[in-house]
Amino acid sequence: MLDIRNLQAKVGGGSDILKGINLAVKAGEVHAVMGPNGSGKSTLAQVLAGNPAYEVTGGSVTFDGTDLLGMQPEERAQAGLFMAFQYPVEIPGVSNAYFLRSAYNEIRKAHGEEEVDPLEFLDIMEKNLALVDMDPSMMNRSVNSGFSGGEKKRNEILQMAVLRPRLAILDETDSGLDIDALRIVAEGVNKLRRPDNATIVVTHYQRLLNHIVPDFVHVLSAGRIVKSGGKELALELEERGYDWLESPAEFVA
Amino acid sequence: MTAPVLLRDFETFAANGGGSGPSWLLPLRRQAIDRFAALGFPTPKNEDWHFTSVQPIAEGAFRTVADTPARSVRLTASDVHAFTFARPDWIRLVFVNGRFDASLSSGVARPNGVTVTDLAAAWREQPDLLERHVGKIADFQRTAFTALNTAFMHDGAAIQIAPNVELDVPVHLVFVSTPEAAGSASHVRTLIVAGHHSKATVIESYVSLGGAKGYFTNAVTEAVLGDGATLAHVKLQTESEQAFHVGTLQAHQGRDSHLVSFSYAAGGELARTNVYTLLAGEGCGATLHGLYLLDGEQHVDQQTRIEHAAVNTFSREVYKGILDGSSHGVFNGQVYVRPEAQKTDGKQENNNLLLSARARVDTKPQLEIFADDVKCTHGATVGRLDEVALFYMKSRGIGADQARKLLTYAFAAGVIEAVGVPEVRSELEALTLRRFTGAAAGS
Repeated sequence: MLDIRNLQAKVGGGSDILKGINLAVKAGEVHAVMGPNGSGKSTLAQVLAGNPAYEVTGGSVTFDGTDLLGMQPEERAQAGLFMAFQYPVEIPGVSNAYFLRSAYNEIRKAHGEEEVDPLEFLDIMEKNLALVDMDPSMMNRSVNSGFSGGEKKRNEILQMAVLRPRLAILDETDSGLDIDALRIVAEGVNKLRRPDNATIVVTHYQRLLNHIVPDFVHVLSAGRIVKSGGKELALELEERGYDWLESPAEFVA
Repeated sequence: MTAPVLLRDFETFAANGGGSGPSWLLPLRRQAIDRFAALGFPTPKNEDWHFTSVQPIAEGAFRTVADTPARSVRLTASDVHAFTFARPDWIRLVFVNGRFDASLSSGVARPNGVTVTDLAAAWREQPDLLERHVGKIADFQRTAFTALNTAFMHDGAAIQIAPNVELDVPVHLVFVSTPEAAGSASHVRTLIVAGHHSKATVIESYVSLGGAKGYFTNAVTEAVLGDGATLAHVKLQTESEQAFHVGTLQAHQGRDSHLVSFSYAAGGELARTNVYTLLAGEGCGATLHGLYLLDGEQHVDQQTRIEHAAVNTFSREVYKGILDGSSHGVFNGQVYVRPEAQKTDGKQENNNLLLSARARVDTKPQLEIFADDVKCTHGATVGRLDEVALFYMKSRGIGADQARKLLTYAFAAGVIEAVGVPEVRSELEALTLRRFTGAAAGS
């Protein structure tokens, strides 16, 4: 589904943060991308989503066989890619319901499907609100405005549930969540797993992976994947920290 | 319409009876034209007009409506229907090219204690009320355009709400201009007298029909708020982009009264809106909201002046501007706190969104505080659309164009929400969305 080859990228005028990432994700799989601060985890997520603040300097990414890097962010979303933001953006003045319905309809339009009206959309939303234990009144509030940290993250998962992406990238969704919120978010993600979709979980801590069990774990350090393994690798990292993996040259995938 | 031409026009007008009216009126007009002669048209050296040149008005060949015979423009109800918010039950006076049109007006079912009269009739029917207030609130000593209006004022409205009366429908004044208005200057005048503990909403719409252009509207509204009165005033200025407009609301507020003003400015080649209020009574206050949406070559200026003149008075002010094309917006918000106005509580904010590299805005908050126990804040911002928010929307599948429009609309939504009349609020939402999104708002 997703094929990342030798991906290099930087932000602004700086030097490369990603220095040659190789990663293949197949339908049905859950991949965890871990690593210390500054290793490039979030940069990878942002580059895949198409954040214009980042510049790709080399390599390629294909998504279902199409050149992902040549697509606009909205085209990526319409093609089925979704990134849950580490810091969801507040948009005062646009209601959560209107925002999500616009997104839902734009994606439908891109697939040649009819738009749904506000009433039909209400149905779709109600089914998904329970999934993340969100009060329907949140839909009438401005997008993320005045939401607590946990509410913002749940709102991200709600969007994911409604938009039903083929590939979801969770960018440090666990950061700043207490254990209850973490459980709600993780359960939401688990319920959305299907044989035909895939998830990349970007995280600093192992604890999220107790709830969302990955098929593969990759460790990023200084812009490269320095080690890949199964879910047991996450436990090892929890125990030993990241220090024992600090010489990337030996571990280039 | 240069000053010498205007002075000559006034003599002709005065010789013809000065639009008739009670005996005190012509001397008032003369005082005003004398004051105008002394003031002249403001130049950018005048601090109140620093960012706006009125040269196109001063040098334009406009004939005052008061001085010319009414032209035969016949509009039907369906012509003006679009401006009525589909509410035929409102008390409505319609003016076509500055002239009152009784056939389009619908003030019939007036509740007890409410008098809404067109100005020409009011000179006859309520001379005492008019004598008490007209020219006493709107300051023609300092303001040339108010002086000009006072000298030439012709049609308009006199609205009186008796004490303790709560008016449950708005009074709606619609000033329509048609292509026949080209070359004319109309000096419409409105007086609102809200008795103590009364409550009312007055809406003024300034609109163009059928590509009207090249005309000048110089409107003045004076409002007196008795003790405990609440007056909501809504001004909707959507004149053609080739029209000239200067409009002033000036209020005098009694104890515990509340003025709630909303000013929408989207029309005009050169337009200026003034909202001035004197917080004269203890505990009274003003809430002022404004929204200006500009495009093309428009130059639209808004000035507000809140004068705190008694203890425990408050003011809340939020003006927002969205500027596209090569438009030029101006906001000047003056808050003046007199020495006796202790415990004044004032907040002012002006936010501007520039959608193009050529658009420009000058914002000038101006606080002058002469009391020592006050709480006053102000802030002004000029910015562009938030790139992070744009990316967030795009990352959810919303196209770049739609995302821009939605964010732009959202910027305005905050002040539109402040409009108390649901029909007007919906209309403004639709107008704003149409201008920036081409889509319906929905939930």
